[in-house]
Amino acid sequence: MRYPFPVGKSDFIQGDEAIARAAILAGCRFYAGYPITPASEIFEAMALYMPLVDGVSIQMEDELASIAAIIGASWVGAKAMTATSGPGFSLMMENLGYAIMTETPIVVVDVQRSGPSTGQPTLAAQGDVMQAIWGTHGDHSLIVLTPATVQEAFDMTIRAFNLAEKYRTPVILLTDAEVGHMRERVNIPNPEDIELVYRKLPANEEEAKYPFGDIHGDLIPPMPIFGKGYRTYVTGLTHDEKGRPKTVDAEIHHKLIERIVNKIEKNKKDIIDYETFELDDAEVAIVSYGIVARSAIRAVKMLRGEGIKAGLLKLNVVWPFDFEMIEKIAEQVHAIYVPEMNLGQLYHLVKEGANGKARVELIPKIGGEVHTPQEIVKAVKRCEKCI
Amino acid sequence: MAKEIYTKYKMAKYLRKEALPTALCPGCGGGTVLNAFANAIDQLKIDPKDLVVVSGIGCSAWIASPYFLADTLHTTHGRAIAFATGVKVGLPDKKVVVISGDGDLAGIGGNHLIHAARRNIDITVILVNNFIYGMTGGQVAPTTPFGAKTTTTPYRNIEHPLNIAEVVAEAGASYVARWTTAHVYQLIESIKKALTVKGFSLVEVISQCPVQFGRRNKMKEPAEMLRWFLKNSIPISKAKKMSPEELEGKFVIGEFVNRQRPEFTEELNKLIDEVAEHFGLGDE
Repeated sequence: MRYPFPVGKSDFIQGDEAIARAAILAGCRFYAGYPITPASEIFEAMALYMPLVDGVSIQMEDELASIAAIIGASWVGAKAMTATSGPGFSLMMENLGYAIMTETPIVVVDVQRSGPSTGQPTLAAQGDVMQAIWGTHGDHSLIVLTPATVQEAFDMTIRAFNLAEKYRTPVILLTDAEVGHMRERVNIPNPEDIELVYRKLPANEEEAKYPFGDIHGDLIPPMPIFGKGYRTYVTGLTHDEKGRPKTVDAEIHHKLIERIVNKIEKNKKDIIDYETFELDDAEVAIVSYGIVARSAIRAVKMLRGEGIKAGLLKLNVVWPFDFEMIEKIAEQVHAIYVPEMNLGQLYHLVKEGANGKARVELIPKIGGEVHTPQEIVKAVKRCEKCI
Repeated sequence: MAKEIYTKYKMAKYLRKEALPTALCPGCGGGTVLNAFANAIDQLKIDPKDLVVVSGIGCSAWIASPYFLADTLHTTHGRAIAFATGVKVGLPDKKVVVISGDGDLAGIGGNHLIHAARRNIDITVILVNNFIYGMTGGQVAPTTPFGAKTTTTPYRNIEHPLNIAEVVAEAGASYVARWTTAHVYQLIESIKKALTVKGFSLVEVISQCPVQFGRRNKMKEPAEMLRWFLKNSIPISKAKKMSPEELEGKFVIGEFVNRQRPEFTEELNKLIDEVAEHFGLGDE
């Protein structure tokens, strides 16, 4: 297999471009999209590359159709992706829930821009965090990844596909206009060095009869994809292990939803990914994710230079969320700062995790610009003085 | 009793027996459509394993899911055709059929219907038009006749219905036909043609909903509704010679288009071959 871009070497590319290349290397062969700033470059790259790798990239009539098409493609066995930004992401919410309910592996990229509504189309924000986690209705769980660099956008796109396939779930790559449009040097590994995961398929006809049954005891049913003669029945209605609608049976509903949530929650350790910087002896912690984490690293260094023992927890996955880890940090430090490009979203999760054991302070910023390290330093120092 | 019927009914082999008896109301046209579809599949000798049925939300969506025994994707409201697009592109050699209602496919999902026809993707849509949102209790639909009473137009409907077959034909579909549930043999023949033709095909079936539509519009009995269909059906050849005023309140039946046009998945694969040839990376 050859690729329409250099592999096994580094390249200087945009975040959006890195996401497209990574998707292809992850085995994505079906892309459906609708133009939107600042995610269009992903679509354009897919349109260019896909025919060259025997893949498909199609423009649908809207974002409702884009996510619908990739779910359909996933049910015939394809690794499938769509990318969008806030307004399109809002339109995708209903079918995102459908993908959760039908346990369909898909990757949805949200290149966040400033909202609500049309907002600031060309400027970055982190205003979709809660929407990515809770935007679709009903009880559910899914996986949300947050890259901070173009390299991470590349690596996490591959990981997004692997997690989607492994856990039979939609995965959101939650990035932003900064990462999406920024150009950086990216190491693109040799394809043979990239570890790829493929969904579990039924081993036989008998297994295929339980598209939604925990027949292996790992909470993840094998996926009897279409076209193999299984006559699989897939519905967004509450269904039993065979996929048959059972809409008024409380026990069946409870069992289904509990498994869908637990397959993520019970595998938290495998899914969650984070990095720490100077956190071991820290007295104040900064919890950050995405583009803002880059300013936060610098802020930690500056604070240390001024005698404040600061440390950073950089989250690469914001859902599932490790509340216990935050509590441990809260036991160690006296304050946790959460700089976010919104008016407080992940902050609420951190506060819940801290469980009252440390003060949790939000450092909000909206309007399209990333926090400067100085702004974070200033906000931390102002608060540190006030105690 | 029910079991006996299913063993005697020749098309029962195409149905998910555990889902029977159907949840459709007595007198509903949905059963007729299911029967016509099963007969078309049977007559064409299509193996249900080579068939994927996709549906949306509403009474008519139930014809495909759960009742028809094939790979089945029962999707969200209005989006069945968009889901089916992903399925068809991935399985170009299988028959992909969308069965759903007027509110689902022409109301909330109207945009997908138009664009799938424009793309001319090889999907067969059986659109059951009963003029009403039945499952939710009889609200006005984009197909409800002018002046009709519904729960959300309790005095009278002041809007005019969408002419679905004409819109889809105009949008570029390869095949478009319209029949009523009182024209079962013609309906079966049209479904067979729709399944055979390359490209987007639509069979609009005017169907009776005596419970939610008829009851409020002086046609409580299913038979009254069927008589209404028969009395007001005009063959398309005759309709062409009639004025819009004369056609008011009539059901134009027959084939609207049956033509060869480039089909989407074929074009897509042609493009992939073309690109491979000109810019190809070749085998290593």
